Amino acid sequence: MRVGFLHSLIRKDEKLLIAELRRRAGIELVFLDDRRLVFDFHVRPEVDVVLERSINHSRAMHALRLFEGAGTPCVNAYEVARRCGDKILTAASLAEQGVPQPEARVAFTPESALDAIGELGYPVVLKPAVGSWGRLLSKINDRDAAETVLEHKSILGSYHHSIFFVQKYVAKGGRDIRSFVVGDECVAAIHRTSEHWITNTARGGQATNRPVTPELADLSLRAAAAVGGGVLAVDLFESADGLLVNEVNYTMEFRNSIDVTGVDIPERIVTYLEAAAP
Amino acid sequence: MCECPVCGGEVELPADPVESELFECAECGVELEILALDPLTLAEAPDAEEDWGE
Repeated sequence: MRVGFLHSLIRKDEKLLIAELRRRAGIELVFLDDRRLVFDFHVRPEVDVVLERSINHSRAMHALRLFEGAGTPCVNAYEVARRCGDKILTAASLAEQGVPQPEARVAFTPESALDAIGELGYPVVLKPAVGSWGRLLSKINDRDAAETVLEHKSILGSYHHSIFFVQKYVAKGGRDIRSFVVGDECVAAIHRTSEHWITNTARGGQATNRPVTPELADLSLRAAAAVGGGVLAVDLFESADGLLVNEVNYTMEFRNSIDVTGVDIPERIVTYLEAAAP
Repeated sequence: MCECPVCGGEVELPADPVESELFECAECGVELEILALDPLTLAEAPDAEEDWGE
């Protein structure tokens, strides 16, 4: 089986997957660097399945669409990348499937965004629709700050930053949960703990094991199914109203979660990939 | 061992290196990318772009 490994920069996560792929008998690894790819709509790629590990959302999403269009199955699928790579589309997918999430609003002008924030009540979190690792998130505590941030977003940002996605701030007690879904199983979970309100491990959040309870597994699988399923990391808050799904990540980073959970996550991913191949 | 293109110090490649791999210079702490293995070519890793992430 020829596995196309779609990537740009190769980090520890990708290195662990490469090592696992190389351990498997019958797998030929084909590196597909998105910086060197040129697609011809009339040429079928010479791989049986694609494992997407590109760090660029826009490149990953378009490449997946093109691979799938040429008949090559991909992990994850294009539609999953499209939904997960845009927080508004993720929230819409979760809402349509009745998956609990923080209360949120979408607005298209600073004035309507200000109205939406007032309706939600302070504090709120303003998020760019596309972005990751907790970058460019704004926790807005009052109207003065809201007016300032919205003005800056609309003047200094690209048009993407004038699509305003606002979430009600959830007091999460200094930690959140990240669960790892591979196919129809929630294989592991961690707590991410930080003194900062942003708890991403990319921003210094500390990972510890979080047992996968039936409640957590059920909600993680429902969230994964809502965006189309596959290999996904689900970020959840523990709120007074129970677990809430915050985000779903389709090029999940897991390097800090193997030792603390004791679960060989790359092994699970490659086993799922083999089953996805024709 | 090879030379860091940023500080000129000696850097050790990661085990089983692959092209496009990131690693850190132990001397100056900068993140490096392996552009090519034969001949070995290193460069400072690119800065994060807006749509980078998970």
